[in-house]
Amino acid sequence: MTTVTLDKAGPSRKVGSMSSDRKWAMRWSYVFLTLFAIFFLFPPIYMFITSLKTSSEISAATNPWWVYNPTLSNYIELLTSNQFLTFFKNSALVSIFVVTITMLISIPAAFALARMRFWGSTTLATGVFLTYLIPDTLLFIPLFKMFATFAQWTGIELINHWWVLIFVYPTLTVPFCTWIMIGYFASIPKELDEAAIVDGASWLQTLLRIFVPVALPGIIAATIFAFTVSWAQFLYPLAFTSSVDQQVLPTGIITTLIKGDVFNWGQIMTGALLGAAPPLIIYAFLMDYYISGLTAGATKG
Amino acid sequence: MAEVTLRKVVKRYDEVEAVRGIDLDIPDHEFVVLVGPSGCGKSTTLRMIAGLEDISDGEIMIGGDVVNDVPPKDRDIAMVFQNYALYPHMTVAENMSFGLRLKHYPKAEIKQRVTEAARMLDITDLIDRKPKQLSGGQRQRVAMGRAIVRNPKVFLFDEPLSNLDAKLRVQMRIEIKKVHQKVRTTTVYVTHDQVEAMTLADRVVVMNHGRIEQIGPPNELYHRPATKFVAGFIGSPAMNFIPCQLEESGGLLQVRVSEAAAFPIPAERVARYRGIPRDTKLLLGLRPEHLVDAQSNQSAAFQPFDATPDVIEPMGMETFVYFPLAGVQLCGRINPGIEAQAGAPLRLAVDLNHMHLLNEATGAVL
Amino acid sequence: MVDAAQSMTQPIRARTTRSGLRKFFERKSTIAFFMALPLMLLIAIMVIYPAFYSLHLATLNKSMQRFVGFGNFTFLFKRETFWMVVQQSCFFAITAVIFKALIGFVVAHLVHNLPDKGQRKWRGMLLVPWVIPPAMSTLAWLWLFDPSYSAFNWILAQVGIGPIPWTGDASWARFSVILVNIWAGAPFFLIMYLAALKSVPEQLYEAAAIDGANWWQRIWYVTLPMMRNIIAITTLFSLIVTFANFDIVRILTAGGPLDKTHLFATWAFRIGIEGNDIPLGASISLFMVPILAIAAVFILRDINKRGNEA
Repeated sequence: MTTVTLDKAGPSRKVGSMSSDRKWAMRWSYVFLTLFAIFFLFPPIYMFITSLKTSSEISAATNPWWVYNPTLSNYIELLTSNQFLTFFKNSALVSIFVVTITMLISIPAAFALARMRFWGSTTLATGVFLTYLIPDTLLFIPLFKMFATFAQWTGIELINHWWVLIFVYPTLTVPFCTWIMIGYFASIPKELDEAAIVDGASWLQTLLRIFVPVALPGIIAATIFAFTVSWAQFLYPLAFTSSVDQQVLPTGIITTLIKGDVFNWGQIMTGALLGAAPPLIIYAFLMDYYISGLTAGATKG
Repeated sequence: MAEVTLRKVVKRYDEVEAVRGIDLDIPDHEFVVLVGPSGCGKSTTLRMIAGLEDISDGEIMIGGDVVNDVPPKDRDIAMVFQNYALYPHMTVAENMSFGLRLKHYPKAEIKQRVTEAARMLDITDLIDRKPKQLSGGQRQRVAMGRAIVRNPKVFLFDEPLSNLDAKLRVQMRIEIKKVHQKVRTTTVYVTHDQVEAMTLADRVVVMNHGRIEQIGPPNELYHRPATKFVAGFIGSPAMNFIPCQLEESGGLLQVRVSEAAAFPIPAERVARYRGIPRDTKLLLGLRPEHLVDAQSNQSAAFQPFDATPDVIEPMGMETFVYFPLAGVQLCGRINPGIEAQAGAPLRLAVDLNHMHLLNEATGAVL
Repeated sequence: MVDAAQSMTQPIRARTTRSGLRKFFERKSTIAFFMALPLMLLIAIMVIYPAFYSLHLATLNKSMQRFVGFGNFTFLFKRETFWMVVQQSCFFAITAVIFKALIGFVVAHLVHNLPDKGQRKWRGMLLVPWVIPPAMSTLAWLWLFDPSYSAFNWILAQVGIGPIPWTGDASWARFSVILVNIWAGAPFFLIMYLAALKSVPEQLYEAAAIDGANWWQRIWYVTLPMMRNIIAITTLFSLIVTFANFDIVRILTAGGPLDKTHLFATWAFRIGIEGNDIPLGASISLFMVPILAIAAVFILRDINKRGNEA
């Protein structure tokens, strides 16, 4: 009798303690996650708080974390300012062109490297990956000098034109996009292109009618990557453009809204928030693609 | 419709020879199955016929034309792959018509051909579905439909049933046979499963180590294997091989398998085996169905002997017994009505009219 | 016999040469080469050439008229600022990467503990710093660190702690740039580690639990070995990116106070672009190469190893 109850009590007590352990672990997880979420989210929230304030409220000695007289005047001012709209337009144009060029270069190259194998193709695939590891901070000085020399030879001035960025940004986007597209293409079963070839498709038809539709999630992830990189790039526009009408958003906000020592913080935060909006919106809607692109670089290939 | 001919076809990968000079004539309408263990070169041979692999040496002819340098799309072949290779973003109809659309067939004809093939394969209801929404067997049908629609000279199948479960495999095997009986297209079919080979083929080609071991109709391979490999590969459970020696005692030719056991060779076989030198190391090849219980097989053709089975496998319509003899493990097939127990002695009988005698060193069937 | 052999081979040869050119363009490798050509040109002209060009630039004098050999480098070695930048760059990169990896690891585990349906929401929130362009988010930090209106100092003042010179004092400024870098970079580690955690088969944990492993032993003997590859590659990636960082320091301190927070990238920009001394700027940026090369070799080895396993 006693042994039976003991046997019954033993495991059930253990299960009980396990699940209450779990419950406590879960509670602590939520507590710490909330703390980390606060740490990760308060700067953008503070941007938003400031963007709703008037200059006088900002310079008043009140609680900076609270808005006493919310106003949209910062947003209205920026969105009606030609200067700010020019930055936005330049950023948008550069990003669209860069994304297009990146895809036009990466997809065929990735297909060739993943599937067709030619002399030196494995070396090239490794090379593509190495190129991705070369940072912009290593190349901006020689590129700056190259553009200056180019202007001397041809008379075509590249420096201080927003469109020069269209030629420069692909160095940042193409290697990574090619690399992750190689990964996506390599995950398509070999029989699929063999079936297409037996069906009479040429290599180009195989790429366009089979690989592109099948690898569409990868292409979306690569597109998002290319867009966010070109939208966020700061060093190249800072080095290569200086006139106000040639600036893109990141440099434009910093160089025009900060006038000497006068910081118009309300407008700076509004501009930064508006500048961060496109990537954030894309992220909000296409989070899974965004994350798969992010992790693809290291987990695939 | 066309015949397929292989002349001394060789495939080399760097150092390794995957296919070592294959000669094969496949007449029009024939269903040929290439069978062998993995790595025997059967798939490579098929892929060379398809044009998916370059041919290192020799020639391949389809319909009398050498196609060595002809790209796959111009060979007028259709292929069914192991994993079906259906285009995941296309519907069943689009999958089946892809090849025709690439060749710019008129829309009406494409539709007619697809409808017809779908009816033949009983997939008319699935025509607008995507591959993801199909079961394994349905995908298999679509893959076949894609091949039929093209109305090619040759069908190529690369282990098409190995991704299906056992029950479905039997069902699709019958389906494939039916389709071939209807369209009569020359077919080359690759599998590692000897049952598929036996059931489907007009002729079976057994391959091993990049070479053809034997070509012949299923029953011929089963009853008259040319080599030890074919004898052991075809048939399940596999043929038993018992080390043995020929000896003559009192003018009677007999095979001795151990100190204790020797069986007299049937009269009609004596002439065939008499010329073999007595010191040759031999193997006695016996299929399980020729190692039976003595109780229900008592005619003169059967030579009784005693054995102690260590494993009994009742299958319902037959019972397999596994027992040691002369240092090897043998498998026999007994009447399920016989009471047999592991560890208990059992009187068995051997039917030497169906024996094979093999040269142990060369593997040749004598 | 010889004649027969010749007449056998000749038509074949004639046939191949006639259609040789057409065949060349139809060949798989030729098509593949042309499909990859834009990529190769881009890399050659915009990456390989500038990389070597900066080697050349580094050997010229300021006006780029005269070859000075290692002159720029010996000049740098004599400057105290240079050694300070070397120190600061290494300190910045190593500290930031360690903390990013630790925070990423901890938070990834916390998220992984949650029930599956809640994970998406948390992951979505925690990745926000990575999504905001760093130039934009650093502006927010700059405003949070503002000498007179710092929102941090306001909170600290409520509990009686005096104003902290977040970007004004050398030590605090170094702390601040590292803090912002950790804030922006930790989510990347979080996502990578979370993906790695998800790829560990649940049965392994169940087997370990049956074998009597406690929570800590499960992490040590199951999680860490299974994640080793991802941890290594993410750390190396991050080391490269952090070492070559520009945006955060440039916006937050612009290298100040007194060049105490300069990294190679920001100092090279100051000297090369703003100071118009392109050769010296190129020389400075070249000092990033050794670290990058070491990290690249390790990453490549890891990738090749995995390639061989596959």
